[in-house]
Amino acid sequence: MPHVLLIEDDVSVRDGMELVLRRHGYDVSTAATGEDALALLADPAGPAAELAVLDLMLPGMDGFEVCRRLRATGSTMPVIMLTARGDDSDIVHGLEAGADDYVVKPVTAAVLEARIRAALRRAEPSRSAQGEDHAGLLIDRAGLTVVKRGTTITLPPTELRLLLELSASPARVFSREQLLESVWDHDFLGDSRLVDAAVGRLRAKIEDLPARPRYIQTVRGFGYRFGPV
Amino acid sequence: MTVRRPTLRTLRRLGGLRTRLVVAFVLVALVSGVTATALAYRESRNAVLERKQDAVQTEFRNRVEQAAADFDVPADEVSLTRFARRIADGLGDDTLVVAQYRSITAASDQSADRTRITPALRQRVRTHNGMSLQRVEWRGSPYLAVGTPITFDRADPGKPGAPSGLDAFAVTSLRAELEATTGVADAVRDGILPVVLLATVLGLLAAGTVLRPVRELGRATRRHAAGDYSSRVRVRGRDELADLARDFNQAAGALEASIDELRAQDERAKRFVADVSHELRTPLAAMTMVATVLDEDAASLPPDTAHAARTVSEETGRLARLVDDLMEMSRFDSGAARLHLARTDLAEAVRATLSLRNWTDRVETVLPSGITARVDRRRVDVIVANLVGNALRHGAPPVTLTLSADPAGDGLTVEVADRGPGLPPEAVDQVFDRFYKADAARTRSEGSGLGTAIALENARLHGGTIEAANRPGGGAVFTLRLPRHPAPEEDR
Repeated sequence: MPHVLLIEDDVSVRDGMELVLRRHGYDVSTAATGEDALALLADPAGPAAELAVLDLMLPGMDGFEVCRRLRATGSTMPVIMLTARGDDSDIVHGLEAGADDYVVKPVTAAVLEARIRAALRRAEPSRSAQGEDHAGLLIDRAGLTVVKRGTTITLPPTELRLLLELSASPARVFSREQLLESVWDHDFLGDSRLVDAAVGRLRAKIEDLPARPRYIQTVRGFGYRFGPV
Repeated sequence: MTVRRPTLRTLRRLGGLRTRLVVAFVLVALVSGVTATALAYRESRNAVLERKQDAVQTEFRNRVEQAAADFDVPADEVSLTRFARRIADGLGDDTLVVAQYRSITAASDQSADRTRITPALRQRVRTHNGMSLQRVEWRGSPYLAVGTPITFDRADPGKPGAPSGLDAFAVTSLRAELEATTGVADAVRDGILPVVLLATVLGLLAAGTVLRPVRELGRATRRHAAGDYSSRVRVRGRDELADLARDFNQAAGALEASIDELRAQDERAKRFVADVSHELRTPLAAMTMVATVLDEDAASLPPDTAHAARTVSEETGRLARLVDDLMEMSRFDSGAARLHLARTDLAEAVRATLSLRNWTDRVETVLPSGITARVDRRRVDVIVANLVGNALRHGAPPVTLTLSADPAGDGLTVEVADRGPGLPPEAVDQVFDRFYKADAARTRSEGSGLGTAIALENARLHGGTIEAANRPGGGAVFTLRLPRHPAPEEDR
């Protein structure tokens, strides 16, 4: 069963999430602080967590920093952040730190589970097509690797899914809402900032000049498209 | 209005303080100038004339006494003429002397007109038996006529002697003296224009010193009216206007202090609501999470326990929605609410809102395609869901939703109407108030009581409005108006 790491300092919330997720068949590990969580993930003998639910307001190291450090180790583990405030600045800040999705407290078990399922689905390998060369950017859809100028680029599942979705139809314009539904599994009211943040992170990894992107281009007023390169 | 305003302002200025002050200055200058001149003119004229009269009288008396000493009565015309000429000799060229003895008269100048010596004067000389004088007008010029009886030597000094029957008269012109005083009046007339100009300038200066502080006060008052309570006026000098300025500043200071206090209180109250809501989130997060367990296991519990479990679960959900709404409201209050605008097909958005809540079959819609606008989809969903939700809960079917674009093309309208009893008349204005509930029996409805207020705030954030009204045929109608191109806050 999927293994989820819950990083939450409030014992009741943590226990509640653990209880619900366990009942629905997940393996669950918990950490009360960011430091504990990072130590747990770095431990080779520790649990093989596939996804983290990360509270932003933690004592000591906050959730933003935990997310940044996790990404800095090269981890592509999906991260769903849990915010108590739901303020715009928190959400933008968290997405920039590398989170894949967010939920606002209080959240029902059903919503949390749906988000976890969607994030895990993005991480599942898809075996659709063969490798493609997009003007120096090699995308191997079977092996799920992206190579640029001989260097393999490590992408978290959300960013990889986004790149696969966009590059599957080069030059086609996708609206943010379409991408939210196809990549994130959100309904039509999903937060389009998720898309913008993921595009920003993806550009930083695959573009030569992220400010003047070649691969993932913005079509103002409509959305994004891949190429044409 | 904008066209007429300058005209009105000019008209008001004409009747303004400046004009009145200048007019008052000019009037004061004119009245005091003319009065002073008139008084001075009269005084100087009298003084000049009296001096002349005295001089003429003295000279005339001397001449008459000298001439009379050598004169004998009865007289004939020749001696009388000689007598007159002797008197006239010392009196100047323009003086006519007339001597009269009974019915004989003789003049120093035979050709001269003797009517200047009036019968009244002759009569007075005769009856008073002393020197008399009279001013006469002759051919447009002023003359002084003097007459004296010539008496025999006095037996008793202090009393006039017996009349000899001989009278002497002299007529002399006053033209030179009057011309001298007329010069004063002419000078005044010539001086009036400069005086008026000077008075105008002084009036303007005085108006300036009065008006500058008044204008400053006006400006400061207008700034206060516009909400800038920090505005103060400079206090200059120690006059009444300075007192007024000082009083104004004091009042402004007091006002600013109490407004600051009110704002701080309001701020604290809002902050408190935000903090409370936030503090409620953590326990609610735990409760919401485990409420599923209660729902899932309720079926296997004894009936009472199951009921209790379901109630706890349901009420936890309500509490979570209330806290969500409170947080949303406090984001509006603190100005933290942001628009995430995206070009949106409104018909599609409304359809999605209805289908997400399974309302599609319960609402009759008129959704013309092709109406797009730059809106925040989530906020529009909140508004439409609130309006339709209220109509479904409180109104009666059929509930209709009509989307239309303004003919001008810069706005759009979503009208949600029902066929229920409509809003109570007093509720029409209050329906957007927080926690307003038209009907006490409705207090246990699904909403938090903030739904309509949040809908209105969402519309306002777009620069739009929501209006509530009753339809003529019964039922309530809520009209949402949104601009199609709100001010670009976040351009994508």
